[in-house]
Amino acid sequence: MTAIQRISAGRRFKDRFVQSLVYLSFAIAVVPLVAVLWMVIKNGLARFDMEFLTHSMRNIGAKDAGGGAYHAILGTLEQVLLASLISIPIGLLTAIYLVEYGEGTRLSRAISFFVDVMTGIPSVVSGLFILAFWILALGLPFSGLAGALALSILMMPTVVRSAEEMLRLVPNDLREASYALGVPKWRTITRIVLPTSFTGIVTGVMLAIARVAGETAPLLLTVFFTDSINSDPFNGPQMGLPLYVFDQAARPTDTAIDRAWAGALTLILIVMLLNLVARLIGWWRSPARGR
Amino acid sequence: MATPVRTRDGGSALSRSASRRSRGEVPFRYASTGAGILLLAIMAAIAVFLVVEAIPALQANEGNFFTTLTWEPNSSQSFGIAALAFGTLISATLALIMAVPVAVGVALFISHYAPRRMAGILGYVIDLLAAVPSVVYGLWGVIFLVPFMQGPSEFLNEYLGFIPLFGGDVVAGRSMLTASIVLAVMILPIIAAISREVFLQVPRMHEEAALALGATRWEVIKTAVLPFGRPGVISASMLGLGRAMGETIAVALIFPATFGISLEILTPQGNSIAANIANGFGEATPVGRGALIASGLVLFVITLLVNMGARMIIARRKEYSGAAA
Repeated sequence: MTAIQRISAGRRFKDRFVQSLVYLSFAIAVVPLVAVLWMVIKNGLARFDMEFLTHSMRNIGAKDAGGGAYHAILGTLEQVLLASLISIPIGLLTAIYLVEYGEGTRLSRAISFFVDVMTGIPSVVSGLFILAFWILALGLPFSGLAGALALSILMMPTVVRSAEEMLRLVPNDLREASYALGVPKWRTITRIVLPTSFTGIVTGVMLAIARVAGETAPLLLTVFFTDSINSDPFNGPQMGLPLYVFDQAARPTDTAIDRAWAGALTLILIVMLLNLVARLIGWWRSPARGR
Repeated sequence: MATPVRTRDGGSALSRSASRRSRGEVPFRYASTGAGILLLAIMAAIAVFLVVEAIPALQANEGNFFTTLTWEPNSSQSFGIAALAFGTLISATLALIMAVPVAVGVALFISHYAPRRMAGILGYVIDLLAAVPSVVYGLWGVIFLVPFMQGPSEFLNEYLGFIPLFGGDVVAGRSMLTASIVLAVMILPIIAAISREVFLQVPRMHEEAALALGATRWEVIKTAVLPFGRPGVISASMLGLGRAMGETIAVALIFPATFGISLEILTPQGNSIAANIANGFGEATPVGRGALIASGLVLFVITLLVNMGARMIIARRKEYSGAAA
């Protein structure tokens, strides 16, 4: 041990000091997560009952007890479903173009760049765009569909990115083997490339759905508010669960705040469930599991 | 590309079925190219329609859009972006100052300090933080954090009040500082996730070389990891800045929605472009809607510039790190 000098006390101290800083910052980051989840569960359970899940807010004032979020849950499910129907095909086809057809062309570089930029569009701006385009310029009414359009603008870039990543993971050998058998390119993509990357794409899509399910601002500008059940997403104002939480939280009574917490709990349950399913699908087919 | 191969015997059957199967080739190719072009068109349409719908309101504006401090498009038809843009920039900057050091610490923890087996799970925990909807953070902020911040704010005001930032006569929980803290919590996971990715890409050789020279773990990070990861951390921070500026609902619940320019972050004042849109949309007249769209256009341009800057830094780094990573 004589040849190797021992680490001086000052260097050792600095090393330990930074280590404790790093541990501390992780602890700081976890505190809000735990605090938020704990408060949502504690306060949300007070009103998380059958009435909440099966009734709307029709004829219920801010001070009245009771009432529920059935209209909001229904609205959110319809809006998110419509947004998925719009953005998944477009997003997937764009990813296919980027990976299979456009490799290296100027168009694909432009698309790739703007998809990245599009990821950063504030959600409120996508809502304003649909407001300006759909409602003000085309003169169409507030509706669940308008909300779904705004959500799909936020969803598309996420779908493109995750699908592109997954398509690039498919080994080229598989494509070449298929071409060697005389299979045309589009059949190779639909029969070989997509099935191979299917679970990865599903995971990415589920995460994208979970992300837009919690968006409030675009709904505020496109779906507007209603206290009644409107099951038709193509006509008239609807409600969304995030919007419901926002609406109730802005009312200054305890009963409304309780409803807001219960709504937040429902929303978190939906989002976390989507996340969990997405991760499970990803884990189930991951190479680490020996498949 | 697969072209049907003709052989002397049985070739016709093969080629007939092959050509029938390849009939889908052209439409499929067009569909996927079209989807890509559609995305570009949407981006362009966003800019075009925001401008088109903002122009009538801007023409009806009796104040100066860039310097007027009030926002009264509904009554006196006079509105200006200055106070809102100021609040947006200040709250996002404060959030960034709070979030970046913690996020870099979290990224280092996951990439270099935590046991390998735990790192994946911890990364997942941080991703969960990002999955919590913003309205939930807003609810938490307005019910819990606003009353909670009253005490610390008074403390800061009392003992550090000589610094203009913490000065002011009235201190409230509903302040720029509280909103910034919520924003910081919301952008932390994004910055941490990207920084972690970059730190994991540090060439193993660089770290081992530092270790071989007898470096402690901190010295390895200082000499090998941080210099390599700096562009990544910078662009991650810019993406976080863009996110913080565009965040709407959480701050709409917390900001007291005042109009004015003041650096006193503990006093009950503050607003942002996005929060003003969410709060003002319900009772907006046609001119009011146009004015909100105009403010959204400003937000769109600012976030676009910030994001493009961030992406360019990432793209440039990809080019030179491709071989080394």
